[in-house]
Amino acid sequence: MTANSAHLQDADIEFHGVSKHFGDVKAVDNVSLSVARGSFFSFLGPSGCGKTTSLRLIAGFEQPTHGDVYIGGEAMIGVPPHKRPVNMVFQSYALFPHMSVADNIGYGLRQRSSKPSKTELRKQIDESLEMVRMSGYGNRRVWEMSGGQQQRVALARALINRPTVLLLDEPLAALDRKLRRDMQIELQTLQRDVGITFILVTHDQEEALSMSSNICIMRDGRIEQSGSPRELYDQPINRYVADFVGKTNFVAGSVTQINGQTVCMKTGNGRSFFGMKTAGSPELDVGARVSLAIRPELTVVGSKASNAEDLNTDTAFQGKIRNQIFLGEHTEYLIDVEEIGDVLVLSPKSIESASGGFDPGEYVTIGWKNDQAHVLKDS
Amino acid sequence: MGNKKGSWLTAALLAPTTLWFLIMLVFPLIVVVIYSFGERAPVGGYVASLTLEQYANLPSRLKAFTNTMTFAPLGALMCLIIAYPLAYYLAVKVSQRWKLLLLVLVILPFWTSMLIRTYAWIFILGGRGIPTLLEIIGIEGVRLINTPFAVVVGIVYGYLPLMVFPIYVSLDKLDKRLLEAASDLGSTPFRSFVQITLPLSMPGVATGCMLVFILLMGEFLIPAFLGGGKVFFIGNALVDLFLQSRNWPFGSAVAVMLVIIMLVTVSLYMRFTMGGKSGRDTSIM
Repeated sequence: MTANSAHLQDADIEFHGVSKHFGDVKAVDNVSLSVARGSFFSFLGPSGCGKTTSLRLIAGFEQPTHGDVYIGGEAMIGVPPHKRPVNMVFQSYALFPHMSVADNIGYGLRQRSSKPSKTELRKQIDESLEMVRMSGYGNRRVWEMSGGQQQRVALARALINRPTVLLLDEPLAALDRKLRRDMQIELQTLQRDVGITFILVTHDQEEALSMSSNICIMRDGRIEQSGSPRELYDQPINRYVADFVGKTNFVAGSVTQINGQTVCMKTGNGRSFFGMKTAGSPELDVGARVSLAIRPELTVVGSKASNAEDLNTDTAFQGKIRNQIFLGEHTEYLIDVEEIGDVLVLSPKSIESASGGFDPGEYVTIGWKNDQAHVLKDS
Repeated sequence: MGNKKGSWLTAALLAPTTLWFLIMLVFPLIVVVIYSFGERAPVGGYVASLTLEQYANLPSRLKAFTNTMTFAPLGALMCLIIAYPLAYYLAVKVSQRWKLLLLVLVILPFWTSMLIRTYAWIFILGGRGIPTLLEIIGIEGVRLINTPFAVVVGIVYGYLPLMVFPIYVSLDKLDKRLLEAASDLGSTPFRSFVQITLPLSMPGVATGCMLVFILLMGEFLIPAFLGGGKVFFIGNALVDLFLQSRNWPFGSAVAVMLVIIMLVTVSLYMRFTMGGKSGRDTSIM
């Protein structure tokens, strides 16, 4: 996160060595980060990694045990939630069941010391309803609406207050797949339109990758890596990140030789592999436990007779197709390779048409380029 | 399962309740209504007749009616005022560890007979109870027993748990996220209580009030013990009419009137508290 200290004045949210302990559990452990103004930032990680606690620290529902949270450059220590310039969309939406949709949306404005007039309030509520494409739903009862509609009301209720930062706690988790896709696009569009910083908490890597401009991957209360989705995908700093972001084939081994950025590692059965260190990854020592990581789409599959030269790769292994899934653009193969184990390969349509594709049970050759394989620390 | 079989099963399961309801409630009620149009036999009891005489005589018991109609709502209100903070404390503030113990303490008085407990209050409020203690600190001449105050104390003591539990349930199931959401949207804790907690606990308040009110309408033990004949309810009038003067037809007319008053007030109350709403808000608990 050192690179970010340069943009402090452009940051909406900053964590300065923030920890939050619940008894003996360190839910958030010495986290420092900054979220650039107007960005779409995601906390990504499995449940219990501290991402929701981080969000609640920003909202003010929790107070940090150590460190402090800054919003728009101001220290938030001791500031109660109702005095913070942020608004939250809850996972369960938390709409007020005894109020109409319009009353829910207008709730924030009605709490202000300078209350807007009735006509002004109505105008703003109508605008908000329109923004989330719910015009005409103002008089509905909350529980008359579907999950997707409730989601929109929750969004409108938060955004009408024009917060500095909008916090989204797993907002799409309760929606079905199709609706989730639509809402992902809508959220992105909305974020660009209103220009407010969005902070999303999710355990769904696909959701984080598709929506965010920046992602922070957390584990056990600590930040593993943060960066743009592309950085995290192309340059994961360890096996955990590579495993969490996208699909990856791993070969476990230990480092035998380091030559600049190129690392040689040896598996348990004595086979050597070459791969690259990733930018920002921790220093490797000879003997360190590592994994070779190869993305499925960077792995090439060819007929049994082909060699590395035919495949235009640096390696070549014999394997047997275990499973084949046709995905239209790509075909996904699960291949049993004797020296490695099961390898996932994503073969593009162009190559498939040339080779004619492979069926389960067929023997094939797979390979990859050494500079497209990464050697990652196991931790 | 076929429809026919299903409806048979439903009928079989409902039969005991229906029978109970018919024999224990509907049948006696019909008897009471019939008696109320009859005449008192010379030695007491009932002689068949068809007269409105008993109903015409109702104003002679007006005091019992007005007392009941004053003390039942007042008692319910006093219970509500004391029970709400207690229920709020139990549902929101107490740690999970102590919650169960405190809840048990609330219902603990029910382990002893209501009769004995009310009797105990005669001594607490009587001459050698609190008034004696007050004399020690120099306050003399306080009379507590056989006053309206004693009746209200007895009512609050006896009926408080019936008010605490429904309110506790509605506060306990209140989604804490709603309060976080309110606070997130700029509401102070006090405003959140008024705007979110209070309206969402209204079903519990309504249930508690209804329970206490309905049961108080038929109360006779507390006014008899602690009111000393000065504060008497319809319940006391009924005991007197049926067991002492053995005027069954007049007693029946008073009872019918009580049922009518209860039906009217309860339906008005329900319309008032739940009017205009439908769906899940109206569930009593």
